Amino acid sequence: MGRVLAVIIWIITLLSVLLFVSGKWWFPAAISEHAPALDRQFMITIVVVGLAFTAAQVGLGWMVWKYRDTGKAGDRAIYSHGSNRLEVLWTVITAVIFITLAVMGQSVWANLRLNDAPAGSYQVEVVAQQFQWNFHYAGKDNKFGKTEPRLIDDSALNFVGLDSSDPASADDAVTAALVIPVNRPVELRLRSKDVIHNFWVPQLRFKQDLVPGMEIKVHFTANKVGKYELACAELCGQLHFKMKSYMLVLPEEEIQALTGLGQEQFQARMTELLAKYPLPTY
Amino acid sequence: MATMVTSTRPPAIKKGSGPGLPGPGPNGNGSKRDAFREPDSRGNRYRIGMWLGLASIAMMFVSLSSAYIVRSGNQRDWFPLAMPRVLFLSTALILISSVTLETARRRLRASLHNAYAKFLLLTALLGIGFLVSQLFAWRQLAAQGVYLASHPHSSFFYLLTGAHAVHLIGGLLVLSLLLFRSRRKLAEPIAIAKQQATADAVTIYWHFMDGLWIYLFLLLFLWR
Amino acid sequence: MSVETHEGVHRHPAPTGFIRKYIFSIDHKVIGIQYILLALAAVLVGMLMSLLMRLNLSWPGSKWKILEILFPTGAPGGVMNPEFYLSLVTMHGTIMVFFVLTTAPQGGFGNYFLPIQIGAEDMAFPYLNMLSFWVTFVGFIVILLAIFVEGNQGIGEWFSALGPSFAGGSGTVGPIGGWTGYAPLSALGKVAGPGQGAGMNLWVISIAIFCVGSLLGALNFITTLLNMRTKGMSLMRMPLTCWAWFTTAVLALLSFPVLLGAGILLLLDRIAGTSFFIPGGLYVSGLLSGSNPNFPLHTGGSPILWQHLFWFFGHPEVYIAILPGMGATSHILATFARKPVFGYRAMVFAIFAIGLLGFFVWGHHMFMSGMSPYSAIAFSVLTLSIGVPSAVKTFNWIGTLWGARIRFTTAMLFALGFVSLFVAGGITGLVLGQSSLDLPMHDTYFVTAHFHLVMGVASIFGMFAALYFWFPKMFGRFMSEKIGRIHFWLTFVGVYTIFIPFHTMGIVGMPRRYASFGEYEFLKSLDGLVMLASVAAIITISAQILFYFNVFWSMFKGKRVDSDNPWEATTLEWTTATPPPHDNFAGVLPTVYHGPYEFAVPGAPRDYVMQTDVDTEVPSGNGHNGHKH
Repeated sequence: MGRVLAVIIWIITLLSVLLFVSGKWWFPAAISEHAPALDRQFMITIVVVGLAFTAAQVGLGWMVWKYRDTGKAGDRAIYSHGSNRLEVLWTVITAVIFITLAVMGQSVWANLRLNDAPAGSYQVEVVAQQFQWNFHYAGKDNKFGKTEPRLIDDSALNFVGLDSSDPASADDAVTAALVIPVNRPVELRLRSKDVIHNFWVPQLRFKQDLVPGMEIKVHFTANKVGKYELACAELCGQLHFKMKSYMLVLPEEEIQALTGLGQEQFQARMTELLAKYPLPTY
Repeated sequence: MATMVTSTRPPAIKKGSGPGLPGPGPNGNGSKRDAFREPDSRGNRYRIGMWLGLASIAMMFVSLSSAYIVRSGNQRDWFPLAMPRVLFLSTALILISSVTLETARRRLRASLHNAYAKFLLLTALLGIGFLVSQLFAWRQLAAQGVYLASHPHSSFFYLLTGAHAVHLIGGLLVLSLLLFRSRRKLAEPIAIAKQQATADAVTIYWHFMDGLWIYLFLLLFLWR
Repeated sequence: MSVETHEGVHRHPAPTGFIRKYIFSIDHKVIGIQYILLALAAVLVGMLMSLLMRLNLSWPGSKWKILEILFPTGAPGGVMNPEFYLSLVTMHGTIMVFFVLTTAPQGGFGNYFLPIQIGAEDMAFPYLNMLSFWVTFVGFIVILLAIFVEGNQGIGEWFSALGPSFAGGSGTVGPIGGWTGYAPLSALGKVAGPGQGAGMNLWVISIAIFCVGSLLGALNFITTLLNMRTKGMSLMRMPLTCWAWFTTAVLALLSFPVLLGAGILLLLDRIAGTSFFIPGGLYVSGLLSGSNPNFPLHTGGSPILWQHLFWFFGHPEVYIAILPGMGATSHILATFARKPVFGYRAMVFAIFAIGLLGFFVWGHHMFMSGMSPYSAIAFSVLTLSIGVPSAVKTFNWIGTLWGARIRFTTAMLFALGFVSLFVAGGITGLVLGQSSLDLPMHDTYFVTAHFHLVMGVASIFGMFAALYFWFPKMFGRFMSEKIGRIHFWLTFVGVYTIFIPFHTMGIVGMPRRYASFGEYEFLKSLDGLVMLASVAAIITISAQILFYFNVFWSMFKGKRVDSDNPWEATTLEWTTATPPPHDNFAGVLPTVYHGPYEFAVPGAPRDYVMQTDVDTEVPSGNGHNGHKH
């Protein structure tokens, strides 16, 4: 029984490790500046995880293989209550490894979250709702038109409550997809109309909750042109799984061209671009 | 049948240990420090149980307090209530009731049963008086059009005083039970010990309710 | 006077009559069994729900006749709609976490065996004990009610009369919000969609009731352990099960009240129009806040406040779910390895460390929530520190097996399985605890893999081990070892097959709480893994039929024990009759002379020395019970 258990544990361990290292199910190719550091930290961590997992399972299997009761009369186990020295040793080693991992992991976080978006970032206001995304672009004047909750009227397609009496809103555009420039920092101002949502593009290695009542500013830089799926990653109601959109990362010229256009033309151009760029192959 | 492995022989007395204690044996356990506690632990039990219960009640009010503090940080819709003056009366009443209950407890310890019952009754009446004064405060606010959902400070006012009142009512019910039982003449030492232990525990609870009121009073009207 | 009994101080006479003996009993043993039965019922409901979830994910659009009959609104034509699926998710989580993982390990086995293992006649407050079970039971009834109030139009309409936030009959089987019930979705009421009406109210009420039951129980455990240990039972001679139950009770005592407070605030937001968690300026389902009686005015509330309060409770809760299993594993491993626990004192400190640190890490559930990124750093580092005592425990379990003479009973198999699964589940905490790595992993199946392996599997294995182990003492009969072994193998291989693939699903990016994955191209590669997990789930869930059969059949027809100590164990429960008499020790409380795991003592007549063996000397030194090395 002990041997069978050991073998089964070892087989499970092997299969689990193979599943990970096969590479068949892994992150999609990254498209953001902070991604290489993040992916590296993930690799280091998952290797530590894998080693610890394997070592523990192998150790467990070894013990149940070797130390099964053979039924010999008078044959007793080793009488040991433990070893303080070992306790100290493995506590210290584990603590060093874990804390080192923890500290290493903070640099990616700190770079991304502890400082504001750099000056000259491309700004987009993101307003989430059940069950669609709304992206508000400032237009050529680089000023967002005022928005007011009491002006929101979904049936009239004023999803973000844009105040048309504000001159700054004349050149604004509000669409259902996100367009951002490549190789330029992007600042998203995240808001929500109703419940908590979460902005997520897997290739970006980036997530953030959109909390009603708060405006949360985040920033990142995308470095590969293309079209990417955008999903909601915080339960927001029954159509949470359908709250889908796209993020278009475009060359700077395209962005400049879009910025001059008003609502209708922006929308039309965006539809063309969405058709033009394919999704990545998976 | 079952193999009896429990030995009930008294252990051999080793030098240096108290009578009837095992050890200080080879395991190092059994020294005077680990000594078996005396059988009449009912008083201890009730007291420990009460403090644990109060710890959990305290944690609930801590969570409500932290919600209060966080919420008060949103200056845009924070309109501090004017304190209803009758709350000073509430405070006085509950403070005096703590004194009377403590007195009752000590009278019982001195076996003065009539005095015990009298002070219990007084405490209960003061407790009812406290609740009435709370009701006055609530009605005063309602007359001004300030209700539970009017604004955050009023929400917390009603919630915190209401939660406190609920716990106080629980205390009052137990006080009534003690009062009802105070008539009985008890002869057995166990029953007497039980009565004292119960009175002790209830007194701790009541003092806690008193302290909690003071804390809530200060929180609601000093932190705003 | 005989110091052996608490004569007159505590003794309550044995009950007579069926009701006093089995229904409203103050005997901790009966109450323990009641908790276990409650958990067995709850886990059945929870498993059926997860089965339906897997059926929906792997065979979407299928018509299930039984659903069409039972839930015509939520599964029209027998096809589950998204809100039906999400309510399954919510109810599965809620029922499993509260009514299974927070009942059986602590209220079930703890209630039954804590008093006996410390040599007491009963819990400190027997009536309070009975109350805590029945309060918990009422909580269970209320959550089950949510299924009917939402699932059935008629009952739902009747409920709607209670008030606007009690609108029922949406067709779901309960609220939609996940077991975490994040505001404002959970606070807004039916304006936010189906499953936000009566089901949500009942959810909050059920949990509030459960909090009270748990608190009463925790109070009892701690008082009993501090006050009622028998002569010679010093703290460092207690079995590790007792240490685990004690720490769990402390965690429960301090964390459940916070959930109760949060629940009250949420309920007030829902039914009294307050704005604790609901901010102003909301526009929900075409309505502006304050513009319509269906959507009253709210201002200034903080959704993140709910998360802080919930997770301040929620994190200690997961340790409440696992610690008793750890205690049982240590206990059972030593017994069937025929060896003392390796590093008893370190194990006690590890339990403390896990309990204490558990209060300071709740923010790791909130890295993406919009809270301060600085606090995220603090929470992250603290979270990885909590991995250290868990690792120490794992090393000590393996150390206990080193040099052992292992007897592979079913209980032992499950205890070994616990170690394997706890490592598998716990180790990915190293990934999730880092805030930067949470950026890709938050709200994906990687998280689901992690917590299912530790809570949904390791913890359950702890309970299985405990039941196979203690069943003979409780019922005087063995559970079938043959069926038990089949149960073990199917379940052990099954759960690994279900949950290891979940990790890679999460890495690819499968989000949690999605009723369907068909919308996204980047998820298309996962169909095979999803199917694998579903098939494994069907097999594993079916295998539990064997377990249920084994439990109930063995109670009446299992092989009778031929001794009070069939496993040749050392602790006090094995010194008394089988099953133990009403006052546990037939009027003569035991006296303890040794630590709890004196196996393989050199020179002793048998390979185990019971804690009450006055005649056997146990050698000193060599780090006994944690004393100096």
